[in-house]
Amino acid sequence: MGTASDIKLIDENNIRLDGRGPDELRPIKIETNVLNRADGSSFIEWGGNKIMVAVYGPREAYPKHNQDINKAIVKARYNMAAFSVDERKRPGPDRRSVEISKVVSEALEAAIMVELFPRAQIDVFIEVLQADAGTRIAGLTAASVAVAAAGIPMRDMVVGCTAGKVGNKIVLDLSKEEDNFGQADLPMGILPKSDRVVLMQMDGDLSVEEFEQATSMIMKATKRIAQIQREALTKKYEIQQKEQGE
Amino acid sequence: MTETKQIVIPGDEIERTNEKVRNGAYKCGQDKYCSEYFGIVQRNDQFIDIVPFTGPYFPRKDDKIIGKILEIGPSMWTVDINSPYHSLLHMNDTPWRTSAGDIKRYLAIGDYIYGKIMSINELRESWVTLKDAGLRKLEGGHIISIPAPKVPRIIGKGGSMVNMIKDATGTRIVVGQNGLIWLDGIPKNIMIAIDAIKMVENEAHTVGLTDRMEAYLESKKGEIDGNSK
Repeated sequence: MGTASDIKLIDENNIRLDGRGPDELRPIKIETNVLNRADGSSFIEWGGNKIMVAVYGPREAYPKHNQDINKAIVKARYNMAAFSVDERKRPGPDRRSVEISKVVSEALEAAIMVELFPRAQIDVFIEVLQADAGTRIAGLTAASVAVAAAGIPMRDMVVGCTAGKVGNKIVLDLSKEEDNFGQADLPMGILPKSDRVVLMQMDGDLSVEEFEQATSMIMKATKRIAQIQREALTKKYEIQQKEQGE
Repeated sequence: MTETKQIVIPGDEIERTNEKVRNGAYKCGQDKYCSEYFGIVQRNDQFIDIVPFTGPYFPRKDDKIIGKILEIGPSMWTVDINSPYHSLLHMNDTPWRTSAGDIKRYLAIGDYIYGKIMSINELRESWVTLKDAGLRKLEGGHIISIPAPKVPRIIGKGGSMVNMIKDATGTRIVVGQNGLIWLDGIPKNIMIAIDAIKMVENEAHTVGLTDRMEAYLESKKGEIDGNSK
């Protein structure tokens, strides 16, 4: 959204700047257990995004007045490294990262069985090392993998994906240019088994039809991303199986 | 080729016929159960369990655990039991004749105990006791930690796995349900026992582990220090 530009983001043949079609995702790669000290961790490369996630807990919540006697609290902290964007980002929390931390926490809380851990707290640290549009949903996708790898009980995985409007067309998974110069951006977090929506934000304008087209595109894409999450988690154990076979 | 058991991730539906779903799954529709954990499916004739690869320890009554003293109060010790919540040990639940205000003579901060979960409530507050056969303060030795869900595999059927490691390496081993393990003996033998335990931990999801363990311990026989038997 934002500044107008004469760059043509999508051409007559529906080919985008980076050569993708309208419903194509950028390449996604997820690795698990990358940090030894964390209870669970993951690293995601989603297009140009590089994000590290570490999960700690559940552990007793401090300060004590934050404890909830009925359930655990999920504290996600989204943080962008100073070097993650073109121009140096001033380090520390700002309005944007506080907001993202809040929506990601709530999205994860919908999937985690928080009622099993009264008075506890689950910490999720999302560190964006390199940003390239769609960091909140990439962070959310990786966070869900890290929580599962930490052995924390969950109802379902959480999968994030964006869609948006570029050159009057609805496209999936906006790249940086499309995010900056496009007309709308719609990040969503989904529980892929039940198709429940746990995160939805919108920037820009979409008509009702466009919105429906965008959401159905996201719903389809989340199935593919969920498969990547599954492979990331099970990969380690399958490799081990092969090694032993040899 | 070692066979692995079926791997599931959170939200996966569990295929079943007549077996009852016992641990690690929740009801996700009529007569449908889904996994809560990233782990393996363990089946027998009656039950299906989802065993997570790792995860927090949930104290249960009568679990025998290894705990570390964190804090000392006038009449209670706070014990870290490797779980999301700390536990408490009251001076009356010890075999010693203690008097309030002077309990650090018996257990100091950093000491390890082998205790039993005496009671636990819905807020997950728990109390430990030392009043039972075999429960004691652990003196000397070495502590290692493994994920609590893998403890049954370390112990094996009727203690077969841990007894095999004990006999082969000549070390004393105490396994706590919470994933802490205490080993005592000759340092070199302890290191071999730790390697063996780590091997069980890494391969807990495979089939036929006992046989491989036997072969592994056999191969290490030469390195084990003499007075084991």
